[in-house]
Amino acid sequence: MKLFSTIGAFIIMMKGMFTRPENFKMYWKELMHQSVEIGFGSLWIVSVISIFMGAVSAVQTAYQLTSALIPKETIAQVVRDTVILEFAPTLVCIVLAGVVGSKIAGELGNMRVSEQIDALEIMGINTRSYLVAPKILAALITIPILVVISMVLGIYGGRVAGSLGGIISSDTYDRGLVMGFLPKNVWFALAKAYTFAFIISSIPSFYGYNVKGGALEIGRASTTAVITSCILILFADYILAFFLL
Amino acid sequence: MIELKNVSKSFEDKQILNNVSAVMETGKTNLIIGTSGSGKTVLQKCMVGLFEVDKGDIVFDGKDLTTMTQEDRKELRQQIGMLFQGSALFDSMTVEQNVKFPLDMFTKWSHSKKVERVNEMLERVNLKDTNKRFPSEISGGMKKRVGIARAVVLRPKYLFCDEPNSGLDPQTSMVIDKLIHEITKEYEITTVINTHDMNSVMEIGENILYLYQGKKEWEGTNKEIIFSKHDKLNEFIFASEFLRDAKDMRMLEEKGIIDNDRNMEEIMKEGGANLLMSEDEKKPE
Repeated sequence: MKLFSTIGAFIIMMKGMFTRPENFKMYWKELMHQSVEIGFGSLWIVSVISIFMGAVSAVQTAYQLTSALIPKETIAQVVRDTVILEFAPTLVCIVLAGVVGSKIAGELGNMRVSEQIDALEIMGINTRSYLVAPKILAALITIPILVVISMVLGIYGGRVAGSLGGIISSDTYDRGLVMGFLPKNVWFALAKAYTFAFIISSIPSFYGYNVKGGALEIGRASTTAVITSCILILFADYILAFFLL
Repeated sequence: MIELKNVSKSFEDKQILNNVSAVMETGKTNLIIGTSGSGKTVLQKCMVGLFEVDKGDIVFDGKDLTTMTQEDRKELRQQIGMLFQGSALFDSMTVEQNVKFPLDMFTKWSHSKKVERVNEMLERVNLKDTNKRFPSEISGGMKKRVGIARAVVLRPKYLFCDEPNSGLDPQTSMVIDKLIHEITKEYEITTVINTHDMNSVMEIGENILYLYQGKKEWEGTNKEIIFSKHDKLNEFIFASEFLRDAKDMRMLEEKGIIDNDRNMEEIMKEGGANLLMSEDEKKPE
């Protein structure tokens, strides 16, 4: 029963976002601010994760391919496809659910508890469209870009690790990258990125916006938001893979 | 003017407000007083539309908030300023940005005109040279003053203050009270203040509404409160021995029994606070 009322409250919050902005310029400013916070704020962690993710998958793929019959180019193919299909969209978004999700839930929760949301409401501002909508829009703009950056850095990380460790030369790696490449995989990864971006931003917004209580509840809301986002990402990952691949 | 007509509100099965009716007058500081949990904050949140009432009407100069469309309510809210208990300043913005925020959102003024109004407001609340400071860098009293400046920067018709003195020392509390009172007169605002601060009641309470367990128990002015025989009100307002003595002193003063020319010793010889008793009360049982 609680699940249904939570889903209902979530839908009502989403519906409440769609109203005419009181001042378009202020909303635009907020959207740009959130884009910088979510996009730039997560760039370094996404970069670090992506490079090491690619490097580790290159080393581990080489470790498992022991047969001399399998060409070295296969390592690059495996790294490319795992990074594009799974690591960049899913792993990065799981990390972003923690980084961005806890930040959104904490920020809105703090605003709720310290009556800043009430202050905006009393001024006549629709807080759902002013505070929540820019966060979701900013996530939908920046997270797919971060995923694409992650793909590039992950593949590059595999190349660097392969050549530095003497596993595969850069030329062989580059040859392997273009062998059997399916552009469809990139579109699939982007579909995942958009879906996950919505989850990462809307779920923490919902939990943060509806915090009741004090500091303890803000912490709880952040934890619940991150856990729920992660579970929904994995669930959506399975559903999308099942229907789109 | 704000009229409350039989306002009732409950949360689940707990009745918080029970048929409260009152009139908040324009150009006056209207105080809602009562113990913690008496329903002051809920009543104020109902008045600004943050809570929906279960029953009754809240009429702002002839317009009933409870039956308004969302658009009308939005329009009305732009005529409302509110000072919150914790100030509710936006942490990520400077003092200047906080005060300028309503102007940015609701006016098409030039930047220089907005800054001019912000400076005028900050000067009005005696806060100069704090424009670039963040809320975390200023004191509680300064935060309240920034909150007042933000609340009145759009020149609202109604000002709501939720416990404006909580967490402040008595001297700063007096400054805040005086400021709210002056601004009310200056801009001819209908001001509604939630408080359980005795000083505020006596200093600026032009129209006082006393709530007890969600019901209106008493209504009057700060002068009338001195002579009130309402037990619950007296227990609440004059809770300590010291305050009861202060009340007696004020009554003696109001009745002209004491003045600056007579010393206390003389008055005590004449009977002290017994001078306030009626002839019937003086008769032995």
